[in-house]
Amino acid sequence: MAESESVTSIDRRAFLKAAGVATGAAVAGGIPGIVAAQKAPSFPKGTRLSILEWVSFVPASDVEFKRLAAEFGKLAGVEVTADLINMNDLNPRIASAIETKAGPDIIMMINNWPHLYADGLADVDDVAEEIAKRDGGFYDISRRINMVDGRWKAAPFTMGSGVWNYREDWFKEVGANKFPDTWDELRKVGTALKKKNLPVGQAFGHSLGDPNSWAYAVTWCFGATEIDDKGKVVINSKETIEALKFTVAFWKDCLDDGGLAWDDSNNNRAFLAGTISATINGASIYFVAKRQFPEIAKAMNHAHMPKGPAGRFYYQGGQAHGVMKYSKNQQVAKEFLRWFMDRPQYDKYIAANDGYVGGPTPYWEKHPLWEKDPKLVTFRDAPKFGRWTGYPGQPSRKASEALVKYILVDMYAQAIKGMKPEDAAKWAEAELKKAYA
Amino acid sequence: MADQRIEPILAKSAASGASAIPAPIVVVAVPKLGRPKGLGHLLEREHILAGVLLAPTLVILTLFIAYPFVLGIWLAVSDKVVGRPGNFVGLHNFWVNLNDSIFLRAFQNTFVYTFIATILKLMLGMAAALLLNQHFRFKRIVRASMLLPWIVPTVLSTLAWQWMFDATFSVFNWMLMNAGIISRRILWLGDGTMAMGCLILVNVWRGMPFFAITLLAGLQTVNPDLHEAAEIDGANAWQRFWRVTLPLIKPIMLVVVLFSMIATFADFQLIYVLTRGGPYSSTHVFGTYAYEIAMRAAKLGQGASISLFLFPFLLMVIVFQLWYIRRGD
Repeated sequence: MAESESVTSIDRRAFLKAAGVATGAAVAGGIPGIVAAQKAPSFPKGTRLSILEWVSFVPASDVEFKRLAAEFGKLAGVEVTADLINMNDLNPRIASAIETKAGPDIIMMINNWPHLYADGLADVDDVAEEIAKRDGGFYDISRRINMVDGRWKAAPFTMGSGVWNYREDWFKEVGANKFPDTWDELRKVGTALKKKNLPVGQAFGHSLGDPNSWAYAVTWCFGATEIDDKGKVVINSKETIEALKFTVAFWKDCLDDGGLAWDDSNNNRAFLAGTISATINGASIYFVAKRQFPEIAKAMNHAHMPKGPAGRFYYQGGQAHGVMKYSKNQQVAKEFLRWFMDRPQYDKYIAANDGYVGGPTPYWEKHPLWEKDPKLVTFRDAPKFGRWTGYPGQPSRKASEALVKYILVDMYAQAIKGMKPEDAAKWAEAELKKAYA
Repeated sequence: MADQRIEPILAKSAASGASAIPAPIVVVAVPKLGRPKGLGHLLEREHILAGVLLAPTLVILTLFIAYPFVLGIWLAVSDKVVGRPGNFVGLHNFWVNLNDSIFLRAFQNTFVYTFIATILKLMLGMAAALLLNQHFRFKRIVRASMLLPWIVPTVLSTLAWQWMFDATFSVFNWMLMNAGIISRRILWLGDGTMAMGCLILVNVWRGMPFFAITLLAGLQTVNPDLHEAAEIDGANAWQRFWRVTLPLIKPIMLVVVLFSMIATFADFQLIYVLTRGGPYSSTHVFGTYAYEIAMRAAKLGQGASISLFLFPFLLMVIVFQLWYIRRGD
């Protein structure tokens, strides 16, 4: 570990040197005066800043976040507290904070939450535009999920992707020297693997991540969408029926039949136990394998979502930071975000994440961390293909309603359980019409 | 993972609002004064003193029970979403619920879950109470250990059950396979009906000790002379239970059943941890569905209307309970 760190730090220095040249203009043009220039604190004594974040899957990331927050506190003369809680507990905390107009100054926003909580969030146009200017623009998805009616409601923070995790050794045994590039090819390989009792694993239960990763991405890959760009429900299409037929066939031919009972953690355990040969997941399986099952880490790799008739797509979330409208410290909060997202700080943060998350702009694809381990490169490139809930329409509250009702997931789950694909699409249409009403 | 904090606030307020605790009886010795003056004079008047003594209880009830409950009702008839003031929409939310297939499924599930689980808890609890009422060695230790499932935080014990039902690592499957009873694993949570069965099983496991211990307390109040008399008259064990024990412990049994029904109706944690309403929304109950809509889709009004559907049923249960308890007076 120490060895690899020293190697990276040299790389990072070179990277920062190059980055410095690029950012020079922006710094001179007014990046947060106070802290960037290491000046004395300019906030009134006793100013506090409180931040609420998720607990990251990568402990080093949380340590680095807290360290940087404390560093900002020292530089700016502000008392900073960073509370980290379970991701699932964020929704109720945000709702009560907004309703009671009291709570943290900055709260992490995941997925399309800026749309969900837009009325309780202050505009952060200046922060977001500064990042965009410095880095040369955001990923399309960062913009779509964090911008509401033309205003930035949260400052994009990181992108996390679920990509295919697969056992290279077993894929080779059935003649696949690389991960299939289309869904049809994957089905052929998956069929051969399941015959060897090494099925592919995919969750179709109710949990936040994995089931949606399939349901939304496969729907898009086959050219179908929930709604059109004007918000009209268009799910009941021949493309959806094709996606459903494909999923049912894939379930029978390739998938582990436990999937209907799975949540987001089952596939991690099954992959590490060697009972499945491939699954869609973040880098968490790989990280655990590296620590505890080195032979699996060696035998596995990551690959992109295969292409369907309409192309390659990822259902993607991403994280951002919202400055709360009720906060009396909005100025400090924005200064913090500016400072944190500036290159010297963000570089350290993203390096601590080791590839579990990437930056919100394509600029960070050039970070040396991606050269450290070629097995993680897929995660670097995934956000380009990322789409949001409600695509190609808005990732609105209504899209959230469709999401929390698991309409797309249940459409596939019911087809797997034997409902005719035509009926499943009709069911989804009726439910989506209510959600998008 | 869900934790204890994420109980459905609205469901809770509806439930607790209905089960208001009667005001405690306060006995105060009023000192005798020669000639009451000022405050003392005022307190001499019975209706003023009563008001003063009742005031703290009233304030607590209003603040912590009536206010959240009224707020819950207001939310249910409004289009309130997080961050925006709500507008009155009448019964629109309820109408939306009645046209929502997932809600209707949750409605049906809530009743199936509550009734089957309560009946099983009563039967098993009664059986356990009758056994525990016998004399045997280590009686006290066994009685105390009965309560363990009920004491362990629901989230923790449910996580253990989650492992036991795990699709890949289920200990039940492992045992059944090694015993040669099954050749293919059973997907405990992979099918709607099976998953509902598992949820009921865990609920019964957790709730049965409450029945057992309370009924045991009831059984111990039954005078042994009555049993002896019945035995002399030639009654067999079943007849003694049915004709002597049961009528005597009926009041306590009814109270336990009613309390348990209220708690089971409003259950949330267990289901949210095990299935989150899945697969294909087949195990949603009012509590879990209300949470998804109110918290994760930020539609507080709609969510409140889902959990308020509980209210009429809980009200009926409580009216019956109060009527039954007071009948003896």
